[in-house]
Amino acid sequence: MANKTAAVAAPTNKKSWTSYIGEYGAFIALVFLVVVISVVSPEFRTAGNFLNLLRQATFNGLIAFGMTCVILSDGIDLSVGSTLALSAVISAKLIMQGVPAILAMIIALISGTLLGVVSVLLVTKGRLQPFIATLITMTAYRGLALILTDGKPISNIAKSIGDRPNQFAFKLVGKGNFCNIPIPAILLIFALIVFYFVLNKTTFGRKVYATGSNSKCAKLVGVNITKTKVIVYAISGFMSALTGLILISRLDSAQPTLGDGYELDAIAAVALGGTSMSGGRGKITGTIAGVLIISVLNNGMNLLEVSTYYQDVIKAVVILVAVLSDRKR
Amino acid sequence: MKIEMKGINKAFGSNQVLKDAGFVLEDGEVHALMGENGAGKSTLMKILTGVYTRDAGTVIVDGKEVIYKSPQEAEKAGIVFIYQELNVLFDLTVEENLFMGKEITKGFGICDKKAMRKKAQEAMDKMGVKIPINAVMSDLSVGQQQMVEICKALMVDAKVLIMDEPTAALTQSETEGLFKLIKSLRKKGVSIVYISHRMEEIFELCDRITILRDGTYVGTEKIKDINMDDIVRMMIGREIGERFPARDAKIGKEMLRVEGLTKGKTFKDVNFSVKAGEVLGVSGLMGAGRTEIMHAIFGNLPFESGKIFIEGKEVTIKNAREAINAGIGFITEDRKTEGLLLEKSISENIALANLGKFSDKSVVKKSKVDELVKKGIDEFHIKCFGPDHECNNLSGGNQQKVVFAKWVYTEPKILILDEPTRGVDIGAKKEIYSVINDLAAKGVAIILVSSELPEVLGMSDRIMVVHEGKITGIIDAKDADQEKVMTLATGGTL
Ligand SMILES: Nc1ncnc2c1ncn2[C@@H]1O[C@H](COP(=O)(O)OP(=O)(O)OP(=O)(O)O)[C@@H](O)[C@H]1O
Ligand SMILES: [Mg+2]
Repeated sequence: MANKTAAVAAPTNKKSWTSYIGEYGAFIALVFLVVVISVVSPEFRTAGNFLNLLRQATFNGLIAFGMTCVILSDGIDLSVGSTLALSAVISAKLIMQGVPAILAMIIALISGTLLGVVSVLLVTKGRLQPFIATLITMTAYRGLALILTDGKPISNIAKSIGDRPNQFAFKLVGKGNFCNIPIPAILLIFALIVFYFVLNKTTFGRKVYATGSNSKCAKLVGVNITKTKVIVYAISGFMSALTGLILISRLDSAQPTLGDGYELDAIAAVALGGTSMSGGRGKITGTIAGVLIISVLNNGMNLLEVSTYYQDVIKAVVILVAVLSDRKR
Repeated sequence: MKIEMKGINKAFGSNQVLKDAGFVLEDGEVHALMGENGAGKSTLMKILTGVYTRDAGTVIVDGKEVIYKSPQEAEKAGIVFIYQELNVLFDLTVEENLFMGKEITKGFGICDKKAMRKKAQEAMDKMGVKIPINAVMSDLSVGQQQMVEICKALMVDAKVLIMDEPTAALTQSETEGLFKLIKSLRKKGVSIVYISHRMEEIFELCDRITILRDGTYVGTEKIKDINMDDIVRMMIGREIGERFPARDAKIGKEMLRVEGLTKGKTFKDVNFSVKAGEVLGVSGLMGAGRTEIMHAIFGNLPFESGKIFIEGKEVTIKNAREAINAGIGFITEDRKTEGLLLEKSISENIALANLGKFSDKSVVKKSKVDELVKKGIDEFHIKCFGPDHECNNLSGGNQQKVVFAKWVYTEPKILILDEPTRGVDIGAKKEIYSVINDLAAKGVAIILVSSELPEVLGMSDRIMVVHEGKITGIIDAKDADQEKVMTLATGGTL
């Protein structure tokens, strides 16, 4: 019996080279892009530009990490950009009204988390499709951000903070450096490690994959689907809010239109990284590669002075090629 | 462990599925649960294990009345259910499936992968199966997935194991392995509830049998004291006569011929033909390449070399649409993923394959669809609320009947049937056999791929045996017997 079963289509642990390309496709594409752009643009190769690039990657990266979890669990979160704006506006308003900046920033993170929970309640309790649910919250949060600010940006935030420690904290998030490395870049790397650990080493990570793979089966083996989904969207909301804080710290102003269109870049990065849009399969390491591909493309095309009209088309083509080659394996 | 279920009622909406159902499971016995498709066997077991809630009735386990609220509660009590529709997470690895929901941790929800691997490997070794625990589930055969499910049950030290049609997707040899396992479990005092539509298995394996009809308890007997006809009578309330109805078909001209069909190691130099009115049985072990050959003919699987002739003319079939246009129908082995749109209604499923028939300038005529669907439900005795019944909520056997109806109405000239009676009850099987005979009488050439040897022997005119992608023999059914077919199927010669 034992022999027979093994003889029947025994799957091997050995992988063919094509499957390696599939697995590391995003990284191969990234290296290729970096090499090509380095050759044609000397400016691209400078250390300063690389740090700049990493900083740019942070905004999309942090959001894309949260998005990866959501998509792995067979969901989608279109509200990330609006959540970012609303939580940023909330914290800016609080600061302007004299609330200590550190407290205001914590409140922003909590708001972002709760905004994510609202989205997911529409999914779990309201039985809406994730796409529709987060389309609704995306629209609503943006509207709320506009209402709160009267449509006008809140500027000169740092100056309005009275005491030094709070002012320092507010500036640190977006503009600070540690050993010459921008704080946002450090946050990105730290987040990558945390997400990698959670998705690969914890029971929660397994539940996320199980939920996305087949929620009915997962439920039968005792996975609390609702709880898993709530946590996943909460994470996404938290990451959006965190990104918002970095943005307003850098810009020293909070606009209600902040983060517009960020959901698309995040979803593109996740898809580039090889995560299945129907959940259950994918890796956070793929997502970071996807994020970097998008950043390198943007950065490179700006340096090469490609017209912005062409930039979008080229980006679209790269995403298409990447996703198609991923599907082949 | 002794389990007593009494007076169980259950309705889904207005559909009363169980009324006064129940049975008694004794310690250390293998207890068969039989009944027609839709009799409520799976539902009764899902009530026992807390998947569904009951409307009325009592469950007594070892003298104490219990209500399990979830499968996990039942599992803690030692009752494990291996579902008919295998409950596996296809994107995850074997190890992740084995431990889902009960991971070994180092605390704080951090997985102890090493410990889990070790325990999984031990459990596999104990069962004597060699399945790599790092393999992704979707890369395994159905038989192997089944073994993983059983392994999962054994890892929690099940005292009661419920198996819902476990052999439906297994080959002869895998089935034998499973039986050995079941017998050794019984020796260890594990009680087993065994649901199956295969009479031979019931007689080989079980100590007692309980029969349900239309959701009601009919009776319990010792296997020693009962024969097949009694069981059938209890199941459907009447006799069904011969198991394989006689066929009155004239064998005519050649409809399909395959020459030198080859695809790497999957199948090599396959030659055969089928004539109008003929039933060609195809036998072999699972993984022998039978299914792949059929997919190649149907244009689903590209092959390297070889020719296909339909009514003497060579054809190239690149996809299913072309195959259907060429007059080939194909009932696939895996109804869950290939044969049925589970979220859709019976009516939509039948209509989809027959759109051409119903539509007038691309507008689908609802009245025509309804008419045919009603006919199908009658003809195949599909147990449902009506044409709009969602296929997800049909019993396993009834799903298979929908697939069958869907294809028969496309009026194919050549019909390929891959495991057409898998999970189908004995009465309905006979109905399907009659349909096959009727089709043959109308001049349809039929290829019947089946792992059930009695079925191949009872239904075919000729039997083709496949072993590791090669045809090891084509024998006349008159000269064939179980032994000869098995010899060929395992690579021997006659
Ligand atoms: N979730 C559900 N919702 C509605 N109806 C259901 C549901 N589950 C089962 N049914 C219905 O209950 C009846 C009994 O189904 P069940 O699956 O218990 O049959 P079974 O005896 O296991 O049949 P089979 O041998 O075909 O597996 C069927 O008519 C089926 O359509
Ligand atoms: Mg059943």
